[in-house]
Amino acid sequence: MLTVKVLGSGCANCKRVEQIVRKVVEDHGLQAEVIKVTEYPEIMKYNIMSTPGLVINEKIVSTGRIPTPAEVTTWLTSAVEVA
Amino acid sequence: MTTLSRPSPIRSNKQLPFYVFLAIVIWLIAYNIIQPLADWISYTALGFAKDSRFGESLAFFLYDVPKILLLLSGMVFAISIIRTFFSPERTRAMLGGKRAGVGNVFAALLGIVTPFCSCSAVPLFIGFVESGIPLGVTFSFLIAAPTINEVAVIMLFGLFGWKVAALYILSGLGIAILAGIVIGRLKMERYVEDFVWQIKGGTGQTLDEKLTWNDRIERAWDSVKEIVGKVWIYVIVGIAVGAGIHGYVPEDALVAIMGKQAWWSVPAAVLLGIPLYSNAAGVIPIVSALMEKGASLGTVLAFMMAVVGLSLPETIILRRVLKPQLIAVFIGVIAVAIIFTGYLFNIIL
Repeated sequence: MLTVKVLGSGCANCKRVEQIVRKVVEDHGLQAEVIKVTEYPEIMKYNIMSTPGLVINEKIVSTGRIPTPAEVTTWLTSAVEVA
Repeated sequence: MTTLSRPSPIRSNKQLPFYVFLAIVIWLIAYNIIQPLADWISYTALGFAKDSRFGESLAFFLYDVPKILLLLSGMVFAISIIRTFFSPERTRAMLGGKRAGVGNVFAALLGIVTPFCSCSAVPLFIGFVESGIPLGVTFSFLIAAPTINEVAVIMLFGLFGWKVAALYILSGLGIAILAGIVIGRLKMERYVEDFVWQIKGGTGQTLDEKLTWNDRIERAWDSVKEIVGKVWIYVIVGIAVGAGIHGYVPEDALVAIMGKQAWWSVPAAVLLGIPLYSNAAGVIPIVSALMEKGASLGTVLAFMMAVVGLSLPETIILRRVLKPQLIAVFIGVIAVAIIFTGYLFNIIL
């Protein structure tokens, strides 16, 4: 089971990242819980300075941009292999 | 966990540099044929007389739209490549330990090159303040980053020429540095929302990506698609209105209301500009046409800076971390600085 967190206060880019993650999870039939983190004190625990941020199993993989579905697929599938 | 430490390249495309070269060649050819093409369509193909109002407006429109869109694509690409070498985290590290004064200058300069989106203003603010960067230095960054933004500068360059674009950058830097120093002197720390001071940087892990040139090119191309995809409609509408003014409004029609002699035009332009944010791309072609008709450069630049630098959305976002008093000071100091700059240009130019 993967824990995927999308960090961001709810701007358009953050929503886009969440959509991409959910799509990849669904398309590849991954066991993953996708959580939106919108509160700043919580977001800042990850020490990031630009949103959207993407965290997979408590590890930051991307900040300040919208990753491509291909990148998200790579990150998620390799996280499954590690786990 | 090592497999996750950096994104694997999406595709290692060895031909990418070739495509970039090809794109540059096509860009240069296109940029050089749009003027004759616009004239040919307006005067030869459609047969409007060279001195007819509609023909002139049409030729103006057909030349400016592709010119600005080409400039935007090309220069956003170049700027985005440069920005892949900077990140807010690196900027914060560079600003660490800098005192007020020098720190403000550095912060304003870094504000130009650091990737910034107003939706990230809050994490950036918290990240700066929490690491001990003085409040005034943080504000110099937060003023310079949105004011000296690529779309505004490129459009000024395309429609007004490099001198005005350079003046805009210099005065933006000056305003960011001065306003930051003033806010720092006012000792406003207690007007930052209390939760900000309680945040402790968490896990200590940071994302340290090692980008290849292919990654940089792909990311720059993504920003071109994103930025041009967002502003093209404003560019077209703005230039259409500008073309109409160009062809139909008589010369010197605006001297009385937007010229140097109208002292109230600068503050009026700033007040009008504050709520207009998303239309920055559409506003510049219009003010460019207004200037032809007698509006003065200082008034026009003040308006531009208020539109781009004092944006309502960013202010609303910053309200999450700043108490109303500090928001008021933030807006007030920048507005005064912009008005002052507008008068300065009206006097010296």
